[in-house]
Amino acid sequence: MKIMVTVKRVIDYAVKIRVKPDKTGVVTQNVKMSMNPFCEIALEEALRIRESGLASEVVAVSMGPSQCVDTLRTGLAMGADRGIHVEANDSMYPLFVAKILKKLVEIEKPGLLILGKQAIDDDCNQTGQMVAGLLNWPQGTFASKVVLDKEKQVATVDREVDDGIETLCLNLPAVITTDLRLNQPRYATLPNIMKAKSKPIKKFTPKELNVDIKPDLEIVEVTEPPKRKSGVLVSSVDELIEKLKHEANVI
Amino acid sequence: MINRNSRNTLRFLTRFHHHQHNPSSQFTSKTVFDENCKQLKRNVLPTENKAFNFFNPLTNFFKNKQLGHGISCGILQKCYYGSMGGAVQRSSRFSELNDDDVRYFEEILGKKNVVQDEDKLSVANIDWMHKYKGSSKLILQPCNTDQVSQILKYCNSRCLAVVPQGGNTGLVGGSVPVFDEVIVSLSSMNNIISFDKVSGILVCEAGCILENIMSFLDNEGFIMPLDLGAKGSCQIGGNVSTNAGGLRLVRYGSLHGNVLGVEAVLANGTVLDMLKTLRKDNTGYDLKHLFIGSEGSLGIVTKVSILTPPKLSSVNVALLACKDYSCCQKLLQEAKRKLGEILSAFEFLDGQSMDLVTNHLEGARNPFSTSHHNFYVLIETTGSDESSDKQKLEAFLLGSMENELIADGVLAQDINQASTFWRIREGISEALMKAGAVYKYDVSIPVENLYNLVEEMRSRLGDAANVIGYGHLGDGNLHLNVSVSQYDEKILSQIEPFVYEWTSKKRGSISAEHGVGLMKANEIFYSQSHETVQMMASIKNLMDPNHILNPYKVLPHSITS
Repeated sequence: MKIMVTVKRVIDYAVKIRVKPDKTGVVTQNVKMSMNPFCEIALEEALRIRESGLASEVVAVSMGPSQCVDTLRTGLAMGADRGIHVEANDSMYPLFVAKILKKLVEIEKPGLLILGKQAIDDDCNQTGQMVAGLLNWPQGTFASKVVLDKEKQVATVDREVDDGIETLCLNLPAVITTDLRLNQPRYATLPNIMKAKSKPIKKFTPKELNVDIKPDLEIVEVTEPPKRKSGVLVSSVDELIEKLKHEANVI
Repeated sequence: MINRNSRNTLRFLTRFHHHQHNPSSQFTSKTVFDENCKQLKRNVLPTENKAFNFFNPLTNFFKNKQLGHGISCGILQKCYYGSMGGAVQRSSRFSELNDDDVRYFEEILGKKNVVQDEDKLSVANIDWMHKYKGSSKLILQPCNTDQVSQILKYCNSRCLAVVPQGGNTGLVGGSVPVFDEVIVSLSSMNNIISFDKVSGILVCEAGCILENIMSFLDNEGFIMPLDLGAKGSCQIGGNVSTNAGGLRLVRYGSLHGNVLGVEAVLANGTVLDMLKTLRKDNTGYDLKHLFIGSEGSLGIVTKVSILTPPKLSSVNVALLACKDYSCCQKLLQEAKRKLGEILSAFEFLDGQSMDLVTNHLEGARNPFSTSHHNFYVLIETTGSDESSDKQKLEAFLLGSMENELIADGVLAQDINQASTFWRIREGISEALMKAGAVYKYDVSIPVENLYNLVEEMRSRLGDAANVIGYGHLGDGNLHLNVSVSQYDEKILSQIEPFVYEWTSKKRGSISAEHGVGLMKANEIFYSQSHETVQMMASIKNLMDPNHILNPYKVLPHSITS
């Protein structure tokens, strides 16, 4: 069985984000970019499934400008077998990613599609769900545990939901999106980095896949959230009550 | 738990240990402390019952309740004191503090800045390693240079001994009183005065915490030329006064090169304004160098002007495993050649250090979990071009692997992984503290002999102690640490003076970067000639005739008493 994993190139999560002065977006020039942390977890899970013998191949997919190849190389250095780069210079909104993934799935025919639950740049949390809908595949999102049963061709997924943990049983092929506590991703070791250099990366364009990615969303404005005001030390209970009444308006 | 804002979730859950280091939070409240001390007194062994002024703790009470960021707050009930404490006598030349003195200080500083509170005193009287305890009754918190000048002028006239204190993270007992010296804390003087964005020259007060300066500079696109594990608490005045080395020395050089100016107050209150912001200034004797590294014994540093390098965008960190020490050495040679100008840090640690960190530090794991290696090397490169730096580093690492200089290695793929590698190296001191008592040595020896000291010490002590070695291999600086469950005179006698003699024979330094403080004041002759030390004493007598500044430290007692 083949596993397809999507990896997204985003601003490194440890970087302090700054909004561009013209408010059209955030500053990405000279800023460190890395693989989306949830995508790392997704890839790690796929690698573990392959290592346990339940899958034969892990294919990493990334969409975007040419620098996405760096992210794919990281994925290959972690252990993925092949990479696919869909080259596109426009913003990749979840619906386009989902449509392109559908086409790739039709070409590659994986038994499992694993994505990170959301990307840390747009926090959309939509791609996994959309692609499952387009493919009409079952989905297990916010996975904190995944157990595969090859004979029965099902995946048992523990999901982290607001009420607690929900366990679902999905028939394969299925879509799984990963949450933080699923696993701890491995490091890229030097022997693997060396091997990654010879692993193939196939290129596609949205046109070749017959997907129209003209944006139907327009970003109007990007601003910083209002700065948190500093606290005030009150000197007596009366003053506290007065402030709660008149300033905070809570009593 | 579906958290919409993943960035904050990640920050909360994937703890960013790298920047948290707050040793002062490890201190206990007064009552717990006294409780322990009473208990310790009862348990003192007969052999320790000498006329010494130190305790020998027998049990390490350590409740393992850590708060996420590797800080154990207030529950770390350790208190050990050891080593030098008892051999020094309080000098009769110093007066004792009286109420008139306190009143005078209150007049010039205001009541709020004159601290006699027992809890605060108990924290300020003990060093970070819990090895030295003073009995000062007073902490003064001046807010500006003028107040520092008035304090010193008064203390000089009254012959009151003074200890300048910054972040109190020193490792040789130089930042805490030995007896009842008045503590002059620079913590309130924490303003950044000016920053020139073109030249990168920063002027700030001595009490600025290093990490805060780093955050400020980060916003401006610059970095500090020094970086050390204690950055969350240490202050720049202390860094300058001890000529701190740190992790980036191999790239940016020492503070003697980066500090452009210093404002210091002499023992008699005179303010020496040498706060220049010029790269080049050859007018007369460059006196600021006297204050850099003299550990507060020649004057109190109140302001610093420092040259900061621009922040470069591409930082890469790799952690490598080597099978023996000679591979580490050869790797250093190759790194200097192949990585050249982009090399910004070259650290090493032995297998025992890695084990210590993974066992005692929360959240730290060995990236090479499947195999055990004898040595690890951490290499950091900093440059302006991400792709070319990464290519250079990868080519160097793969080449080294082919030449069998490295057995294995991992390359950090994002900032978080890089921080995890640094945490392993920077967390060794913390892990040592958690493991028990530690005898800490910091020596500078020619690189080829560096590790021999560790091996010889290991065979000397055998099973009695866990000897680990790690340090700034790029600068030839070894941090030799002997970890034991409790301080023990027998073990100490096996370590000292052997370690100093050994270092001296190799013409090394008995204190590469930690300074001399109280711990090594009498050992200074192992690394300096008598004539040199006599000259140091003459300078001390000239600048501080009453010897009120940080007494009993830096220079041997035979010379200063």
